[in-house]
Amino acid sequence: MKALRKFLDKQKPHFQPGGKFEKLESSFEAFESFLFVPNKVTHNGAHIRDAIDMKRTMSFVIIGVIPTLMFGMWNVGYQHFLSFGQHPDILTNFLYGLGKVLPIIIVSYGVGLGIEFLFAQIRHHEVNEGYLVTGILIPLIVPPEIPLWELAVAVAFAVIFGKEVFGGTGMNVFNPALTARAFLFFAYPGNMSGEKVWIADKLDSFSGATPLGQALVGNFHNFPSPHDMFFGFIPGSVGETSTFLILIGALFLLITGIASWRIMLSVFAGGLLMGLIFNLWGANQYMQLPAWEHMIMGGFAFGAVFMATDPVTSAQTTKGKYYYGFLIGMLAILIRVFNPAYPEGMMLAILLMNVFAPLIDHFVVKSNIKKRLKRAKVALVE
Amino acid sequence: MSTEKTEREAIFSPKNIKLLTGPLNLNNPITVQVLGICSALAVTVKMKPAIVMALALMVVTAFSNLLVSFLRNGIPARIRIIVQLVIVSVLVILVDQLLKAFVFDVSKQLSVYVGLIITNCIIMGRLEAFAMANKPWPSFLDGIGNGLGYGLLLIIVAFFRELLGSGTLFGFQVIPQSLYNAGYVNNGMMILPPMALITIGVIIWVQRNYNKALIEK
Repeated sequence: MKALRKFLDKQKPHFQPGGKFEKLESSFEAFESFLFVPNKVTHNGAHIRDAIDMKRTMSFVIIGVIPTLMFGMWNVGYQHFLSFGQHPDILTNFLYGLGKVLPIIIVSYGVGLGIEFLFAQIRHHEVNEGYLVTGILIPLIVPPEIPLWELAVAVAFAVIFGKEVFGGTGMNVFNPALTARAFLFFAYPGNMSGEKVWIADKLDSFSGATPLGQALVGNFHNFPSPHDMFFGFIPGSVGETSTFLILIGALFLLITGIASWRIMLSVFAGGLLMGLIFNLWGANQYMQLPAWEHMIMGGFAFGAVFMATDPVTSAQTTKGKYYYGFLIGMLAILIRVFNPAYPEGMMLAILLMNVFAPLIDHFVVKSNIKKRLKRAKVALVE
Repeated sequence: MSTEKTEREAIFSPKNIKLLTGPLNLNNPITVQVLGICSALAVTVKMKPAIVMALALMVVTAFSNLLVSFLRNGIPARIRIIVQLVIVSVLVILVDQLLKAFVFDVSKQLSVYVGLIITNCIIMGRLEAFAMANKPWPSFLDGIGNGLGYGLLLIIVAFFRELLGSGTLFGFQVIPQSLYNAGYVNNGMMILPPMALITIGVIIWVQRNYNKALIEK
């Protein structure tokens, strides 16, 4: 460690203004602060100090998704061998999945961080940690068979048009990971939807439809049991299948105070309510599906826990968070049941509400001002 | 005496040339004035309709500018918009009929957008801002220039959208079949209107990067 510190100190002058590699200053800074806690402190003014910073927040989210990532890798292998009627041991399944998922992670981080560094260089600002979480979320929300070049294009699109044009980390309107997924969904629908893409290298005769895909066409024979859907033994995007492990991740995020419980709770509440409304309506078999089963199908839980709670793109006010989450839940189920083109409504619901989040905040703040004004007037009159 | 001489300009004086070239870059109707975006999104899926649309718009802008400029001293200020609209709609109907007669398939693809040239902001903008206050010949050039600026942008956008979205240019396959066999897929999003807006955004980004004068303080 000491030798590394010494080496960095020796190289530092080269990167400072006037040095040989002046232009690469922000890259150097990024690596240095990645390896060591920066020794910069605030010089003036009184500030509330807390050990938590953006880097810690980001790494906690990554820890939160590790269970679903590990399970996702295993499930990729499990589904693949299942389509051939084989049941190998855990390790074989996991290694097969690792071989499929690891390249996706590498491409996601390689392209995304590459662009972040490039922009930091051009705009002379620090490299932000923002991509660390996006980079791990993207592999979790794509099918295991996604062609890597398409993923690279989508990641580049998401980082440039989803984030950098708005001013980089913390300024984006849309969740970058979902922007990448939406790009893939609309640009390359053949590799993002249908029955063929959710199981890696499956046997052709084996139906690879996800529960959502089956439900949408009204095919409820061999519908997976709630147990399988809850624990995740179903085909789907890499990280979305196991609601159980997502909830464990959610618990971790809530205990550490990273994610907003208000948003998570209200997303589930909104989804349940919409499901119940459809149950009452009951016009077709999909509408009669028990409302709670919606919670464990597809990416609902993953979206609620890891996507909707993104602190940058969600509503900021306490009351606003309830509205924001509630509408996401309702819209997701509404899109699922009604729109035959989009089997999974979670992605579109969250992106739509990302746009409305500032508006929700605006009205919450406005109503608060009105309330307080009224109180002030009453006090004045008395 | 000397003032009379300066009023008689050469047909292609530097000032008139500027009317033609200005809208191509620094005064582009789409990227700088941000007018006529709607049709630019709608007709740029393929090159051929984009070019036909650009020509149609150029003809209408040029001749409506010319006619309004001839009449500019006779039009009562209160009803000028109505008079302008009548002139523009006559021209648009003429263009529409010509397209239907000679390039029927393209006319079908453009559908309502030829008719909607009447409401195109570029035309009304040029009539109000230029033709009402200038002589016929500069007004005509201004119309041509703005039509060219609009057309240039349409062609750039359509080029990328057709190339990346359909793998063709003017309907001919450009991206080799071997690439498709290797796993390349056309980008379906380029065909959708949002991507046209993003493409225009990128063009504005690049343009402002090279012309710092365009960046608002």
